[in-house]
Amino acid sequence: MSAPAGSPHPAASARIPPKFGGAAASGAAASAGPGSAPHQQNGPAQNQMQVPSGYGLHHQNYVAPSGHYSQGPGKMISLPLDTQCGDYYSALYTVPTQNVTPSTANQQPGAQQMYSRGPPAPHIVGSTPGSFQGAASSASHLHTSASQPYSSFVNHYNSPAMYSANTSVASQGFPSTCGHYAMSTVSNTAYPSVSYPSLPAGDTYGQMFTSQNAPTVRPVKDNSFSGQNTAVSHPSPLPPPPSQQHHQQQSLSGYNTLTWSAPGLPSTQDNLIRNHTGSLAIVNNNPTVTDSLSCPVMQNVQSPKSSPVVSTILSGSSSTRTPPTANHPVEPVTSVTQPSELLQQKGVDSSSTTSSASPMPNSYDALEGGSYPDMLSSSASSPAPDPAHEPDPAPAPAPASAPAPALPQPSKMAKPFGYGYPALQPGYQNATAPLTSGVQPSNPVYSGFQQYPQHYPGVNQLSSSLGGLSLQSSPQPESLRPVNLTQERNVLPMTPVWAPVPNLNADLKKLNCSPDSFRCTLTNIPQTQALLNKAKLPLGLLLHPFRDLTQLPVITSNTIVRCRSCRTYINPFVSFIDQRRWKCNLCYRVNDVPEEFMYNPLTRSYGEPHKRPEVQNSTVEFIASSDYMLRPPQPAVYLFVLDVSHNAVEAGYLTILCQSLLENLDKLPGDSRTRIGFMTFDSTIHFYNLQEGLSQPQMLIVSDIDDVFLPTPDSLLVNLYESKELIKDLLNALPNMFTNTRETHSALGPALQAAFKLMSPTGGRVSVFQTQLPSLGAGLLQSREDPNQRSSTKVVQHLGPATDFYKKLALDCSGQQTAVDLFLLSSQYSDLASLACMSKYSAGCIYYYPSFHSTHNPSQAEKLQKDLKRYLTRKIGFEAVMRIRCTKGLSMHTFHGNFFVRSTDLLSLANINPDAGFAVQLSIEESLTDTSLVCFQTALLYTSSKGERRIRVHTLCLPVVNSLADVYAGVDVQAAICLLANMAVDRSISSSLSDARDALVNAVVDSLSAYGSTVSNLQHSALMAPSSLKLFPLYVLALLKQVAFYTLLSLIMYLKFSDMYMKKGNLDCCFLILN
Amino acid sequence: MSDCWTLKLLFHHGTVPPETYSLLNVSPFCHCTFCCLDCTAPFAHQHLLVGPAFHHPAHRIIAFDELRTDFKNPIDQGNPARARERLKNIERICCLLRKLVVPEYSIHGLFCLMFLCAAEWVTLGLNIPLLFYHLWRYFHRPADGSEVMYDAVSIMNADILNYCQKESWCKLAFYLLSFFYYLYSMVYTLVSF
Repeated sequence: MSAPAGSPHPAASARIPPKFGGAAASGAAASAGPGSAPHQQNGPAQNQMQVPSGYGLHHQNYVAPSGHYSQGPGKMISLPLDTQCGDYYSALYTVPTQNVTPSTANQQPGAQQMYSRGPPAPHIVGSTPGSFQGAASSASHLHTSASQPYSSFVNHYNSPAMYSANTSVASQGFPSTCGHYAMSTVSNTAYPSVSYPSLPAGDTYGQMFTSQNAPTVRPVKDNSFSGQNTAVSHPSPLPPPPSQQHHQQQSLSGYNTLTWSAPGLPSTQDNLIRNHTGSLAIVNNNPTVTDSLSCPVMQNVQSPKSSPVVSTILSGSSSTRTPPTANHPVEPVTSVTQPSELLQQKGVDSSSTTSSASPMPNSYDALEGGSYPDMLSSSASSPAPDPAHEPDPAPAPAPASAPAPALPQPSKMAKPFGYGYPALQPGYQNATAPLTSGVQPSNPVYSGFQQYPQHYPGVNQLSSSLGGLSLQSSPQPESLRPVNLTQERNVLPMTPVWAPVPNLNADLKKLNCSPDSFRCTLTNIPQTQALLNKAKLPLGLLLHPFRDLTQLPVITSNTIVRCRSCRTYINPFVSFIDQRRWKCNLCYRVNDVPEEFMYNPLTRSYGEPHKRPEVQNSTVEFIASSDYMLRPPQPAVYLFVLDVSHNAVEAGYLTILCQSLLENLDKLPGDSRTRIGFMTFDSTIHFYNLQEGLSQPQMLIVSDIDDVFLPTPDSLLVNLYESKELIKDLLNALPNMFTNTRETHSALGPALQAAFKLMSPTGGRVSVFQTQLPSLGAGLLQSREDPNQRSSTKVVQHLGPATDFYKKLALDCSGQQTAVDLFLLSSQYSDLASLACMSKYSAGCIYYYPSFHSTHNPSQAEKLQKDLKRYLTRKIGFEAVMRIRCTKGLSMHTFHGNFFVRSTDLLSLANINPDAGFAVQLSIEESLTDTSLVCFQTALLYTSSKGERRIRVHTLCLPVVNSLADVYAGVDVQAAICLLANMAVDRSISSSLSDARDALVNAVVDSLSAYGSTVSNLQHSALMAPSSLKLFPLYVLALLKQVAFYTLLSLIMYLKFSDMYMKKGNLDCCFLILN
Repeated sequence: MSDCWTLKLLFHHGTVPPETYSLLNVSPFCHCTFCCLDCTAPFAHQHLLVGPAFHHPAHRIIAFDELRTDFKNPIDQGNPARARERLKNIERICCLLRKLVVPEYSIHGLFCLMFLCAAEWVTLGLNIPLLFYHLWRYFHRPADGSEVMYDAVSIMNADILNYCQKESWCKLAFYLLSFFYYLYSMVYTLVSF
């Protein structure tokens, strides 16, 4: 599948490193693209957030493994599945019993809350059971990842059956059984009509194995990442406490397993550990395997939906840690395939997600699940188990034996977000026989579970659409637990922090969109603007609409069902009034169900519109009919505009670029119509005639930069395949063509005008490489920097553009569906604030490499190389528009990101790439008292690189609350901080940097004081914050120290500023900042 | 060109009373020159002047409405082939709006100057806040300086659009009230002669 595994993902690397690296590093991050997404695209997309830094390092590792993935049932898989399954189940179940009680442990400050972001806990030995659960849960959730949608579907209905046998009790959430995994993979088959790019059609059960395998594989990848991450993020790994519990593990494996105990592990963890010991032992046998296990933790974040029990389990598993050093076994790497590469390749296809990558789905799930910290931690650990099983199936039983004396802990109950998992879904009941057999062994263990229902009496009641808070069962949800920030020491969790899960009922929760692609700062929407004002929290959405997904249902249908008044696409949150009518969830209009929609391709049955994939998945992609295009879809067109002045030649970027291009020429997304062109410029503009039939490339020089014209308009952009030889010749020659140039001027403006002329008939992507301040022709810039002011700490000036030339040019480009991507490789002042406009308004991206030099600054060169690889091979969508709709009563204002706002809810995106992120601020215009749910829908209409017009639709559903406490309980701190960062960047440009800093500080002060004044029983002397907000001050503090808001040098400021631009919408922003 | 476009828009829109048509054809410039000739009866001139001043906000409100709803392609905005058209439309409207900024501000400044000359302190007091607002708005514009305000790339952000629209409505109300106030004052002055 991912044959090219060898290639590392450049983009991924960008994220974390920046912090460490300092300014330069930040630039790298920027390079990743406006979005933070890059990682995701890689196979391990789910991990994205945490992983990033690791990527670069571990490339090799990724490659090797690829084989396994593709094979489906890899070597590992060959292991006796049945036994494994049995093990799994047993493990799972056993764990849960313990877990349930321990749930309280989570509350303990240290341990639970650390979810994961962090690499901190890089190497969790991996509790086997956990992994499964995580996967399973993920399956159940609707996720953007391609596999998921279908899988989820299957899971809900089919797979559950397995469970049903075992655990009616467990209903809440334990979809985690092996079956789930299988389901996900299998699921693809289920939808015949739907076009799944690569669906392995197989029996669901038979595939189960593969599915299991997949998860195992993934963990390995993760490990590599995590290992790196951990090193990075957590400079000081917890010292491995010699915990009695771990005896076994230690003896077996050279690894020291560390317990998370530092934060205060609950006794329950011990239990968990024991449970896992069996698995651990196995792990020990294969060091590599263990690694894989540990890694998964991050990724496999459990879906929020999973029952609390699961989460606890996970935490248990997580508790055991291997020391970082041990973590990176090279060997395992080889076995694992890289998902990322697969994705990239597929990326070419663009929207069609690769169903084939079975492992991926899990990761997605993990992402989604992330919301609850506890849950998350547990989920993370979960993946590990799988690998363990592979090596040694037998151990599983041992865990089962593990003591069930779980401590009954209330805490889990407390969690606000719908822990209440209603009884198993009907679908579950339908279990298919085969899985059940595997499950049976576990049953005995299972009995322990029964406590579970008792613990959560109220759970089932909560299922109503509002998904009432679980508060009933516990006095206070975990996220509302007041934390005294002045006294609490270990606020920062050791594990990654996951997005909170909206407090919806289980059904909706499973259907909801992945937080990776769509996230809201408040997962409980206040009923009125007054309430929102009282809470003093930012309300907004963060979007990564084009993020690489591992699985994505692609729907080919003659009629795309949309609301007739608001044009909303049909989604899982609409209500069917009867068989023939549905009610729009955004405008509440009642629409007819078209005849075609009555037929369900999945089941080949008629009259079940609610089982259509569109209604089963919150992220879907439609192949648009001709109604959606006025002109034929444009081909992929790439134009490279290269600076070849003396400065540029001296920096030596041409060699790197040409090399990367040569390597990736075949991987450029596109079809047979793909066109490519090159231009170079110094004080003149050079065009290259690459027309097929020429013996060698012809260089055409235009020296009239005041009135640029195209010498031979037809032959400058040539078909990539027809002229490949010429292109290769040119790329080979280019680095040496200008070695002796003495030209120091740069006519960037005229070159861009020429590029615009060249591109305007088709649209496409222009990649501009610039190394200095433009000094000739239109758009020339003066140095605005006053050397005497450099050390001034007061005011950073010139954050705004010096000329509107670039803005106007960008708008023209945007009108012609051309995006300009800027690579600024500069060792001197180059006024990024002005140059950035060309990308900002044309929906391009900006990569900045301060003080770039190919030999003197190898780290930057390496970064450029990685970024280029990612840049050239990632998916791309052309002539895109994105519309965001929300339930009546809410309205969007202020968009953040790179685009042109074409209408109040419509963004014009000449290009869209998976790394692009956007943020939108929301306001509540009308009271939402008459509704219990609000929905947001983004529809991205684009032309894939294969020339298909497609619409990718994400739908997010959130509950409405009317109490301030609930609002605070639902804060997604990371999303909030990300939105604030975006707002602060814009503020610093429109007003001043100090304003932006003040605004950030005020945001924290206001929200915390608002909380303090609303919570009556707190001592006012203390600085109190709800648990959900306890990281808020820390994040803001980190943000203030971020170069963008911190630096004193105006020059650097630009960099930072660009960095922030890049991070716009980057969900990982805060995480990065923390480092 | 601007008037022509405005007329078309008005016609299309149909929400503006026919009285405005006449105002549109009278350039503010004429009024300015005319009024400067005679400083003895400030209210009379204010009265004449307020007409055009008051057409600016009205015009602007219509333009914002146009921006918001995009009459040309209200539904099919997603189409790539429409992108350029729409973009040009936005740019053109912004350009028109920008052209009106300086005339409006200068006319209002002239009012204030004339009230000052005529020692109409109360009336001047009423206009001073708006004068300062105009000054603030004018000098508080985007850094690239080429565009006073109404920037095509940001105008479609709902918050900015809403702000501009509200501003226009407020000004419209203010000018309308001033119109009657000046009318009353003029008549009162004439009668008391």
